[in-house]
Amino acid sequence: MATELPRTDVVVIGLGAVGGVAVLPLVSAGLNVIGLEAGGWFSTRDFAPDEVRNNLRDWPQAVPKAKREIPTSRANINFEAIQGGGHPMMNGVGGTSMHYWAQSWRLNPWDFKVVSETTNRYGAHRIPQDSTIEDWPFGYEELEPFYDRVEYALGVSGNAGNINGKIIPGGNKFEGPRSRPYPMPGLRSSGFTDMMSDAARELGWEPFQGPAAINSEVYGDRPGCFYHGFCDRGGCHVAAKSSTAVTTIPEAMKSGLLDVVTHARVLRILSDSSGKATGVEYLRGNQVLVQPADAVLLASHTYENTRLLLLSQSREFPNGLANNRGQVGQHYFSHHQGAPVLALFPRDLNNWYGLPAQGVAIDEWADDNFDHSDLDFIGGGNLWVHTNRRPISAAKMPTFDRVPNWGARWKAFIAENADRTNTSYIQKTTLPYRGNYLDLDPQVKDALGFPVIRITAEHRDNEQRIAAFTQDRMEEWYRAAGAIDIIRTGLGGAMGASTHAYGGTRMGDDPTTNVTDRFGFAHEVKNLGILGASVMGTSGARNPTLTAQALAWRTAQHLVDNWQSIAG
Amino acid sequence: MSDTKKARVDEAGEPEALSLSRRNLLKGVGLTGAALMTGTGGSVTAQPVAAATQRIRVVEAFETLTAAESATLDALASRILPSDDGTPGAHEARAVHYIDRALTGANAASRDQYAVGLQALDDYSMQQHGKLFHQLSPSEQDTIIEAMTENQITAFPMLGAGFFNMVRNHTIDGTFSDPYYGGNRDFVGWDLIGYPGVRIISTPEEIRQGRGLAPSRQSAYDVATYTKDPVDPASVAQGGNHGH
Repeated sequence: MATELPRTDVVVIGLGAVGGVAVLPLVSAGLNVIGLEAGGWFSTRDFAPDEVRNNLRDWPQAVPKAKREIPTSRANINFEAIQGGGHPMMNGVGGTSMHYWAQSWRLNPWDFKVVSETTNRYGAHRIPQDSTIEDWPFGYEELEPFYDRVEYALGVSGNAGNINGKIIPGGNKFEGPRSRPYPMPGLRSSGFTDMMSDAARELGWEPFQGPAAINSEVYGDRPGCFYHGFCDRGGCHVAAKSSTAVTTIPEAMKSGLLDVVTHARVLRILSDSSGKATGVEYLRGNQVLVQPADAVLLASHTYENTRLLLLSQSREFPNGLANNRGQVGQHYFSHHQGAPVLALFPRDLNNWYGLPAQGVAIDEWADDNFDHSDLDFIGGGNLWVHTNRRPISAAKMPTFDRVPNWGARWKAFIAENADRTNTSYIQKTTLPYRGNYLDLDPQVKDALGFPVIRITAEHRDNEQRIAAFTQDRMEEWYRAAGAIDIIRTGLGGAMGASTHAYGGTRMGDDPTTNVTDRFGFAHEVKNLGILGASVMGTSGARNPTLTAQALAWRTAQHLVDNWQSIAG
Repeated sequence: MSDTKKARVDEAGEPEALSLSRRNLLKGVGLTGAALMTGTGGSVTAQPVAAATQRIRVVEAFETLTAAESATLDALASRILPSDDGTPGAHEARAVHYIDRALTGANAASRDQYAVGLQALDDYSMQQHGKLFHQLSPSEQDTIIEAMTENQITAFPMLGAGFFNMVRNHTIDGTFSDPYYGGNRDFVGWDLIGYPGVRIISTPEEIRQGRGLAPSRQSAYDVATYTKDPVDPASVAQGGNHGH
């Protein structure tokens, strides 16, 4: 028998990258907020430079809830879905914003208008026929003020490329106009990234230091980055990484209006016969508790957002909450971040320290920043190289077919070359397609007996053509910098579980093709807001977190500004 | 907190682990005084085998591997990352101790594969040469490993590339991991590839030195910032809880 707790104004499911941001505008407006988080609080002492724990043993992702709910995945319906080895979701106050790379991009204006821009410039026939892509219900300029608020509330380092329409040297000239500079200059470069920047300029490209939610200097009461490495899947030992656990969440707690409830495993969102959300049922320890609220913000990860809606069935919503039009789980896609190029250089790169967000980017081949008239795809990729190396992964470097992978010759090879390789990171425009979706796995259950999410999705021609095109550009860049050997990896197939997971609860004006309205509230459940990349209908060619955070702030602000009509 | 737990801070403000945690000594990870002395100053250079071997004095029992299994596994790991070129390899790094401990915890799911695979390796060696695998000559061992990697040992299908790759991966993990986990003894793995070790801050000047930078010679858990031992509030500036 569930115990019913006292009513609150807003309950937020998940205090991670997006829920952790949304709580701030809510408490600033005087609302009482209860944040339910599946994990606990981490200490900075948990964030040791420990490759075994961070990278081999899937910590800190391997905390119980997510670990027991690993999605199954398959390329398409002709295959059986197989459960993967890990969940890209992280449980803990701060969520994935603790252990992510912290690259904090705004989407480029084109990403909001892919359909109309492509149609205008090249004709409607250039939109892949099997894609379900739509323009966003608003443009970049609508989101700009919220990007700005998040950048300053968290602390983002970067070099502006466009301030109010004025192009600024050293930044990304392709970015949308920003109302003011970043709160901090970009992270410092390294010998390796300087070498790559020089090579890019020789090719006529304009490299720039990418933006990161990591302090490049003292920001508030937190120090600048120590550049010691182990930032990839590692939290920050000095809290220089601007996770919500050290920024917006403690800031919101100062109001006394945010109650953080840890180790709360949400079982379902409750709703009444009028179709309004009434609260959340969750498990804490061995107790089932009900938290009534006037508004519910679902702020889990893309996979769990869809799963919780599908599991929240009732007489009014027999196929899951807000799913009477069958849109929950649709328009899903995993960002195409694969198909990297690997390079071998003839000298040490001195890359043992530093972090993945300490990199240089090339945006010339992203989005619609180049002419696609004679190409057979739309969109593109952002090329990224960074400073970061760890000893075990360095020793596991590819042998470039120069030696066997064991024995004396291999030993001599890694002794010489462990610090001479680099792997690119190329994020590519990825589209939603018919036949790519999330649903509940018919067989695989979690420890509580609830089905896990099943991913059915594969990259199509457009993504693979971008992959091939950007690999050419990347090889060109590495060769210009003096690389003596190159490995090009496969162009991509099955999407699989990803940290960059989009869709499932897409945002748009048309309720027959979108789960939420333009403000992030469910078309079918007016006091249910949905936060995260699950509302995004396009990926752009860059990391989603900052955009998801800006959207989360905007949704929370909309709730505050329209409290009576939404929650009243 | 005893004196041996405290990390000394040098003039640059960077803790320099000149002493050992008691726990690490108990885990058999610890260095002798002689090893520590070699750790300060100078560039990273591979240590001679004799010097590294001489320092292996701490007795440590295996937690799950049998004596026979550990001998076979050590012989296999020693051919994957050999030391016959005069510099330490997987044996000197005590990669097998890392694997042994991992098989009781994080890698427990692989325990049976090790039992079956290592037994098969000895059985096959007996069949071919009348000796156990670790008693064979290096070239005889290498011939068997080659056959494994090419899936040619049809009488023992468990002796294939899958088993070899698992052992190879774990041997690398054990050789290049933080010494806290039982391998990479005396930092021989990190020296081999020129990694100057974990630091809690890295300046541009240090990074620019690459493998020429003086190695830090510390486990992450020798640094007060990360210790899992009970916290001495005076010594942990950034530790503790946040929020509440």
